[in-house]
Amino acid sequence: MPGPMDRIPILRLGDCLLVTIQVEMHDGLALALLDDLANAVVEHGARGVLIDISSVQVVDSFIGRMLGDIAATCRLLDAETVVVGMRPSVAITLTELGISLPKVHTAVTAEQGMRLLESARSESQEPSAQ
Amino acid sequence: MRVLRSETMPLRLKDDIVLARQLVRARAVEAGFSLVDQTRLVTAASEVARNTVDHGGGGTMTVELVSNDRGDTGLRLTFDDHGPGIPDMELALRDGYTTRGGLGLGLGGARRLVNEFEISSEPGMGTRVVVVRWR
Repeated sequence: MPGPMDRIPILRLGDCLLVTIQVEMHDGLALALLDDLANAVVEHGARGVLIDISSVQVVDSFIGRMLGDIAATCRLLDAETVVVGMRPSVAITLTELGISLPKVHTAVTAEQGMRLLESARSESQEPSAQ
Repeated sequence: MRVLRSETMPLRLKDDIVLARQLVRARAVEAGFSLVDQTRLVTAASEVARNTVDHGGGGTMTVELVSNDRGDTGLRLTFDDHGPGIPDMELALRDGYTTRGGLGLGLGGARRLVNEFEISSEPGMGTRVVVVRWR
């Protein structure tokens, strides 16, 4: 039963995409987000993706893998991903679960996350500028 | 172990995994678990419930408020399915082992998030996973 709640909205800010996850993540929603983000990155030529999970109370191995897949996919499409606002209890549980998300940038606040995306972008532009 | 309260819910569809998480969280909050322990228990429930739905062809989860002789309170979660069973238990609990393209951290990871973890399975008869977290 597809409905309006089966998609997580993606906002544009300059050449970045912003996603705030405010609903309980079911598996289908996580898969749809990967799909939607990959398409949105290409459509808008986005260079950065910021995912705010400060409202998310549980990240299990499936959702954790999805965050890793989003970062890997977006990187192939020339966009960096940063996950912001992870709750301490979620970080502790993910670590105990055995998930360290090595390829996903993280930041505590959205503001720090945006700065991280900006610096990643300027680093990647340096070689061609010289 | 004394059972103070018991309730059972079906685990048939992917969406039931979300309902299972919500039920376990509600009971963990009521039982007075710390925030980190709530998160551990809900995450473990999510992992095992997904196993029940994906590999066991669906089943049930029973949530029980329990106490022991020392007066500790805990939550016991029992997951039953009538699926094909798990032929090689050691392999299924090993980190990185997966048959469905996941991270393979489901059952083995869930075991690290709880105080007690028991799994029994008979080929063709189904699988039962029992986890307990004490407060």
